[in-house]
Amino acid sequence: MSGAPHRESFDLVVVGGGVIGLACAWRAVQSGLSTLVLEREAEGAGASGVAAGMLAPVTEAEFGEEELLRLNLEAARRWPAFDAELRERSGLPTHYALSGALVAAADRDDAAELRRLHAFQRELGLEAEWLGGRECRQLEPGLSPRVPGGILAPHEAHVDPAATVRALAAALERDGGTLVRGEGVARVELEGDRVVGVTTTRGRGVGAASVLIAAGSWSGELEGVPAGLAPPVRPVKGQILSLRVRPGGQRLAQRLVRTPRCYVVSRADGRVAIGATVEERGFDTAITADGVYRLLEAAWEVLPEVAELEFVAARAGLRPGSPDNAPIVGAAGPEGLLVATGHYRNGVLLAPVTAEAIVALAAGEDAPEQMRAFAPDRFAARERALGGAL
Amino acid sequence: MADGSYRIADREFRSRLIIGTGGFRSLETMAAAVEASGAEMATLALRRVDPASRGSIVDVLERTGVKLLPNTAGCFTARDAVQTARLAREAFETDWVKLEVIGDDKTLLPEPVELLDAAETLVSEGFVVLPYTSDDPILARRLEDAGCAAVMPLGSPIGSGMGINNPYNLRLIVEQARVPVILDAGVGTASDAALALEAGCDAVLLASAVSRAEDPVGMARAMRLAVEAGRLAYESGRIPRRLYAEASTPMEGVPELT
Repeated sequence: MSGAPHRESFDLVVVGGGVIGLACAWRAVQSGLSTLVLEREAEGAGASGVAAGMLAPVTEAEFGEEELLRLNLEAARRWPAFDAELRERSGLPTHYALSGALVAAADRDDAAELRRLHAFQRELGLEAEWLGGRECRQLEPGLSPRVPGGILAPHEAHVDPAATVRALAAALERDGGTLVRGEGVARVELEGDRVVGVTTTRGRGVGAASVLIAAGSWSGELEGVPAGLAPPVRPVKGQILSLRVRPGGQRLAQRLVRTPRCYVVSRADGRVAIGATVEERGFDTAITADGVYRLLEAAWEVLPEVAELEFVAARAGLRPGSPDNAPIVGAAGPEGLLVATGHYRNGVLLAPVTAEAIVALAAGEDAPEQMRAFAPDRFAARERALGGAL
Repeated sequence: MADGSYRIADREFRSRLIIGTGGFRSLETMAAAVEASGAEMATLALRRVDPASRGSIVDVLERTGVKLLPNTAGCFTARDAVQTARLAREAFETDWVKLEVIGDDKTLLPEPVELLDAAETLVSEGFVVLPYTSDDPILARRLEDAGCAAVMPLGSPIGSGMGINNPYNLRLIVEQARVPVILDAGVGTASDAALALEAGCDAVLLASAVSRAEDPVGMARAMRLAVEAGRLAYESGRIPRRLYAEASTPMEGVPELT
């Protein structure tokens, strides 16, 4: 690399130490690239540290998002090997659990909605089975007797995102990468039409052949990125509750339990996560009475033993949402500028496939086939087609 | 009006569809559906958005060119609704408000007493008030008398998709109203919207029927056509219902062709 004398220089500088930035950096180091992660707070300080860590492509499937579903399914298939390697390299747990998921109806109206969803899942060839209320309760005796039925998706999984982020940071450093905490990126530096480095929030210049923007909801706000090329992400607030089984209590459920209004992740060590609201409130992260109340009510109506849990904390995170809810992964215009953001509700799930794509791109190769539909330039193309409404 | 438009307060609208913005899966889908609906006005809950943030729902809606109609969804008292309307006036720089005061969490039916109180207060503060009301003709008249710019009776509960449950009451409301009548809530599919216009409603407001459809953009277009068809049928004058058949080709005076 060229550059001013005494200036540190890397093959890849990653903006943001969340699950996406760290996964990309770790894989980049493994592929032989010298890599620096600049994280303005601490690893996982954004959405990654608040997420529930559901790896649940089947029960997240939405009408009109079939392409995203294919990517999510591929990502879920990568997780067991990714997890095994991550634990081996870091020596730390991730609490990956292939628990399966049960989407429970709380009443007749829910059942009608879930049957429509189930028909869609079957149409797509997904593994999802309709169960009556009693069948649901045989699998999960903690469910309310009022549950009239639900969908069993046996291969959904979950992981502890905070633990995963710690493991990624450890694996990155062990494999030779550098993570700097408390120092963010103030500016991306370009020379003509190529990236040459960044200036940090401490005024330090760092040279880079490639810069990856993985700053979650803040990815669109970096200085130095040419107008019109900033990724179109917005913060989508999610409130999530942490609870814990009390001494002598029993595990709430073996599987992920979801309803149309909430999800409940019961971990083997007794911790429980109930999430999550979806709010368009800008960068607000206030915990609201309404958010806490609705989530507790939604969980309690299908799992009444929620009332017995110890309430530990309520937190709010900001998911990076893109206009079509799908990730934005790829080259962003100037040579060497890469983007990996917009993962919305699926950042933890999509970390392995995103890292794979970024490593290929940083090496000058094409992104893997399954990621090509999620390139940053797709919005500009659609906006032209629609006459500017987006 | 002769050219097919109608007027609320001082503003003329050509589209008789007002679209709600709740429940869409993505902002991109919402923008495409709003375009396909042909709606000139879109309502959104002040409680659920931050009008200031870049790339937000407000940003996307403004770029589609629709008039934004803030609503007070989520309010359970007159006091709360009035305060929310005042915040909406600041945030969106509009005096228009779709007034919702909800009486019950399970049915989301309007709370009539609080609604009337809030409407009176907001009208006195210069708001253009469009109240979401039950299908009670007396309450609709009270709201009109209070100075509301339109009345918005429900067809059935919000998000239920149960259509127009009391066409008789709706007819009474339409017959007596001197302000526009906008059917709000309950539309499940296109025929429900067409029926509302055929019954003499000036417009229809709907959200879930489009936003939660399998193909929201397709359903938005269906609603646009249904509203146009319903209004045209209303203006064109339907035939009376008869118990027995009447041949469409009369036999009297027909020349015998031999």
